[in-house]
Amino acid sequence: MTDRISRAFYDIGRLEIIAGRDSFVHRLDPRAKLLVTVFFIIAVVSFDRYAVAGLVPFFLYPAAIIGLAGLPVGYLFRKLLIVSPFVICIGIFNPFLDLEIMVNLGPLAVSGGWVSFTSLILRFSLTIGAALILIATTGFPKVCMALEKLGAPRILAVQLLLLYRYLFVLIEESIRMIRAHALRSCSRRRPAFRVYTQLLGNLLLRTLDRAERIHLAMLSRAFTSEIRTVRRFTFGRAELLFTLTAAAAFLLFRTIPVAELLGGLILEISL
Amino acid sequence: MHMADALLSPAVGGTMWAATAATTFYCARKIAHRLDERKIPLMGVLGAFIFAAQMINFAIPGTGSSGHLGGGLLLAVLLGPHAAFLTLGSVLTVQALFFADGGLLALGANIFNLGFAPCFIAYPLLYKPLTGRQPGPGRRLFAAAAASVIGLQLGSLGVVVQTVTSGMLSLSFTGFLMLMQTIHLPIGLIEGLATAGVISFMIRVRPEIIAEGNRGPTSAGLPFARVLAILAAAAILTGGFLSWFASEKPDGLEWSLENSADRQEAAATARSNSPDKLRKRIALLPDYNFRAAEKTGGGVKRPDPGTSASGILGSIVVLVLVVLTGLLLGKKGRNRDR
Repeated sequence: MTDRISRAFYDIGRLEIIAGRDSFVHRLDPRAKLLVTVFFIIAVVSFDRYAVAGLVPFFLYPAAIIGLAGLPVGYLFRKLLIVSPFVICIGIFNPFLDLEIMVNLGPLAVSGGWVSFTSLILRFSLTIGAALILIATTGFPKVCMALEKLGAPRILAVQLLLLYRYLFVLIEESIRMIRAHALRSCSRRRPAFRVYTQLLGNLLLRTLDRAERIHLAMLSRAFTSEIRTVRRFTFGRAELLFTLTAAAAFLLFRTIPVAELLGGLILEISL
Repeated sequence: MHMADALLSPAVGGTMWAATAATTFYCARKIAHRLDERKIPLMGVLGAFIFAAQMINFAIPGTGSSGHLGGGLLLAVLLGPHAAFLTLGSVLTVQALFFADGGLLALGANIFNLGFAPCFIAYPLLYKPLTGRQPGPGRRLFAAAAASVIGLQLGSLGVVVQTVTSGMLSLSFTGFLMLMQTIHLPIGLIEGLATAGVISFMIRVRPEIIAEGNRGPTSAGLPFARVLAILAAAAILTGGFLSWFASEKPDGLEWSLENSADRQEAAATARSNSPDKLRKRIALLPDYNFRAAEKTGGGVKRPDPGTSASGILGSIVVLVLVVLTGLLLGKKGRNRDR
């Protein structure tokens, strides 16, 4: 179990390291990236449940960003796979319930259920991929600041930042506790319930003490429940261009069936 | 348990975001109003604690599986409902962004499902009245278990309603409902058990912490009613506004109703028709083209075979182009970096 936790922990660290790189996309104002991500997700989920071909052109956005920002494709893909079970588990009922035939691929007849299941998987990859790309090109602290600049309550932004800062500390703490338990209990994999509540209670006590110390330290450094950054954000020409181009492309893909038109053209030429 | 973007329509996702945003602003104002600044770092650190705590599992005897803490109820007990709602919202935001649990559009629904029910329904209406003033350990266990079970049941009911009204699944409302509620019954019980265990430990070691959390707003009546009113207004507004440009396809419930009506009709005609036709209908591999052609008049817009052939071909071509673009841009970026 410790291994699994260490891996998850390493995983978050890796995403943050990728976010610290430098590229055109990384340098953009976080607000622009947040807005574009929101447009993208809304455009993708607004398709009807049998849309497959209409969704395909949208892969251009993640591909372009991955290319421009030099993100590791394999790593992002693995992250997608890890969270896919929930959507697959629920969506897999579609092929068994919706048996009407919708498409004939030569001898192979595809039912509506399989079409909607494919659509679901495409939707899932696009929306989750977009969120991962946002973090991988921006970093969590900057997303928090963008949220506050866009009107979210300051209390929310401040404590999101604090949560993120102390996440690493507390996860390390819990890894140490689990390891200590394993060493003292003949490597039993999981603690019994009685021990579990005591472990958790102790973790909570340490957490509360830590919160107290943090608050005192922050007060003595003139904290006024406000985040201040050295770097100023500017929504300049590059941001405007990025946002408008992306929005126009999403609108185009949403309204014009690009893939079907292209396919029709090729069929016409070849026949 | 986490709602996913892929299962949501923009109208439902937007409505849930509006509800979550309204509750968030209300909670933030409530906390700022009370000027309890010491709570902000406490909230952040406790949010991180929920993460860390979910990584420690305990063995459930006799089953070989394991359980962990849910978090919502414990946060409400420690911080009071308003701060707990914000903290839980932050936990879910970090999960959505880093562990890709759910996605950004579904985040509104997730915060609402997992935050609103435990903080504003299960905690003030179940846990507090059930524990009373001087609860014994047994009574606390019962209260925590009941509040956790009800909170989680309401949350999973939220998932079912949102998914079905979004119309992405062929599973019927009742089928999905039975599935989700049954799965979440034991989970809620285990979470309640874990929450009660931790609270009991805290009371034994440092009772003032739990007492302090309980000192929060005791009059749950009025603010709760106000939240509900704000939520209802927000839901109606956004629902009406968003559905205006949402697609005109029937939603899931209508769709499944339509579907079953269709089937009855089909069965009726089959019964009145020749046995040959009946056999065709119930055969494992019926005449696809015939059925597909018959079905185009149905409620849901379905692509006809002609467009789907070009759609498939076009999709493949577009995918190839997409991959090429990504590779090209990547190469260019690397060259420039050098």
